[in-house]
Amino acid sequence: MTFFAVNGLSMRFGGLKAIDDVSFEVREGEVYALIGPNGAGKTTLFNCINGIYPPTRGTVIFKDKNLCGKKPDRIAKIGIARTFQNIELFAHMNTMENIMLGRHRFMKTGVFHGGLMWGRRSFAGKEEIRHRRKVEEIIDLLELQSVRKNMVGGLPYGIQKKIELGRALAAEPSLLLLDEPCAGMNTEEKQDMIFWIRDIQDELGITILLIEHDMNMVMDISDRILAINFGQVIAEGTPDEVQRHPEVLKAYLGEDGTT
Amino acid sequence: MDMKRAYYEDVRFFSSGAVVFWFAALIIALGIYPFVFKNYYVYVANYVAINIMVVVGLNLLVGYTGQISLGHAGFFAVGAYGTIALMTQAHFPFLAALISAGFIAAILGFLLGLPALRLEGPYLAIATLGFGVTITQIIGKIDLLGGRQGLHAPDLIVLGRHLNTDREFYFLVVPITVLLVLFARNLTKTKVGRAFVAIRDAEIAAETIGVNLVMYKTLAFAISAFYAGVAGGLYAFVLRFIDPELFGLFMSIMFLTMAVVGGLGSVMGPVAGAMLLSWLDLELRNILSVPYLGQWLRQLSEQYFSLTGVSNIQFIVFGGILIFIMIFEPLGLYGFWIRTKKYWKTWPF
Repeated sequence: MTFFAVNGLSMRFGGLKAIDDVSFEVREGEVYALIGPNGAGKTTLFNCINGIYPPTRGTVIFKDKNLCGKKPDRIAKIGIARTFQNIELFAHMNTMENIMLGRHRFMKTGVFHGGLMWGRRSFAGKEEIRHRRKVEEIIDLLELQSVRKNMVGGLPYGIQKKIELGRALAAEPSLLLLDEPCAGMNTEEKQDMIFWIRDIQDELGITILLIEHDMNMVMDISDRILAINFGQVIAEGTPDEVQRHPEVLKAYLGEDGTT
Repeated sequence: MDMKRAYYEDVRFFSSGAVVFWFAALIIALGIYPFVFKNYYVYVANYVAINIMVVVGLNLLVGYTGQISLGHAGFFAVGAYGTIALMTQAHFPFLAALISAGFIAAILGFLLGLPALRLEGPYLAIATLGFGVTITQIIGKIDLLGGRQGLHAPDLIVLGRHLNTDREFYFLVVPITVLLVLFARNLTKTKVGRAFVAIRDAEIAAETIGVNLVMYKTLAFAISAFYAGVAGGLYAFVLRFIDPELFGLFMSIMFLTMAVVGGLGSVMGPVAGAMLLSWLDLELRNILSVPYLGQWLRQLSEQYFSLTGVSNIQFIVFGGILIFIMIFEPLGLYGFWIRTKKYWKTWPF
């Protein structure tokens, strides 16, 4: 069974080839990193994977199913969750409610059950409590207790990043897409994030596909790395292999780059 | 302190003992109101309750889901005409006709929600405006619905009882209003309400976490239209006579104004907004007969505007109050309430 594979994916915006014939495969349980200079097409690739853009050509296979042409909410229901480079939280909801949105796909309360939530013994009440308990576990894991009832819009950047991660985790994905989870964080916050990503991989058994610019972090936690530039794959392999790959050095350091 | 003691605290029907007390007090107050005040004020209360229904429903759409509508008078008209037509033509009993008319409005709301998937902001405003204007034109052309002449409401019989007076009608309208407001409040606390807010705050994130945009946007329109439809059906019996001219653009704008003045994105805010503005709307009509103030206003308008005075001076006062509220509290009455609560929590510091 193919867990996750991208085959010959291309995405064009008019004359611009944002992604050009990219193929790779992610094995279940690994941390797979996507690196590349700014504008290489990494985020576009993510957007193609979870259905925000329909790719021009190629397929995205997840658990032997083709995801192309499916809507983002369908893809979320199959088990792919993501975070965003520029935080996309629901600013006017508190932390609890934001993470509760992650439980959306498991909840069955409709308009009538919801509107008739007469206390905790009603259908909606029971379901709310069950899922709030799950969310509470995630809040504990990510140490968000102190901001549980704060509106997320006013929280510090690092905490917002964590809440976004929590929201994605609440959806219990089998594949988690992290778009620059450490961007704009200080060293300590980065250490914490690395720690959680390891936890997510080891304890929750979630496969992680990640975009990151911090090379120390990437080399530290990834099992395998894909380097792209101008929408094309330039190298793939273990951190050591990619680090020494001449094309990667050229992309990052310029034509005469040597180490 | 906001320390959580148990998971069910957020889910409870009443969040604290004080809320139980105030809720009971409110129900008792609503129960004795029509016996304490004279008939005109009971009529006012019915009118206010109907506006509350529409505005709470509208707020689910505008305040929670972030989709604007300038066509709610259209749904209101569909509810009013639908109820009367179902009663007189199809011989439905009143409650069945009212609910069916609500569902007809909801279906139209769903259909109007479809273009809303592609439109945003001012463009959506224009599309819904088009709906509101068109629907009354269409109704005006249907002879079965009285055309331009309008329709008289039939006798109101609910569960075998004739409701003739405003007071009897009050005991029909107010319980329905209370139920619909509670329904909206519960809805906003559960999955559907959260999905609405998610769509408003970050549409793309909502979609990638599994919120079906097509379903929830059209659902917001449908629910909101249902509220307007039911309110419209009741409104027909407050007035006893309806014609298409009644449900104009001005009415849609009034509904939206009530929601904004009350405070978007809350349930109790629009209730307050609807109460304040419908009350002002009715009371300001008599402003010229208020001692001193009325004379002063008349003098003012005769001196500066025209010889005979400005005929609709209540609109000027009304507009002035709106501007005043929005300048000092952009979040509306709800924002004012939040601020007051915060102030007293920390008083005297």
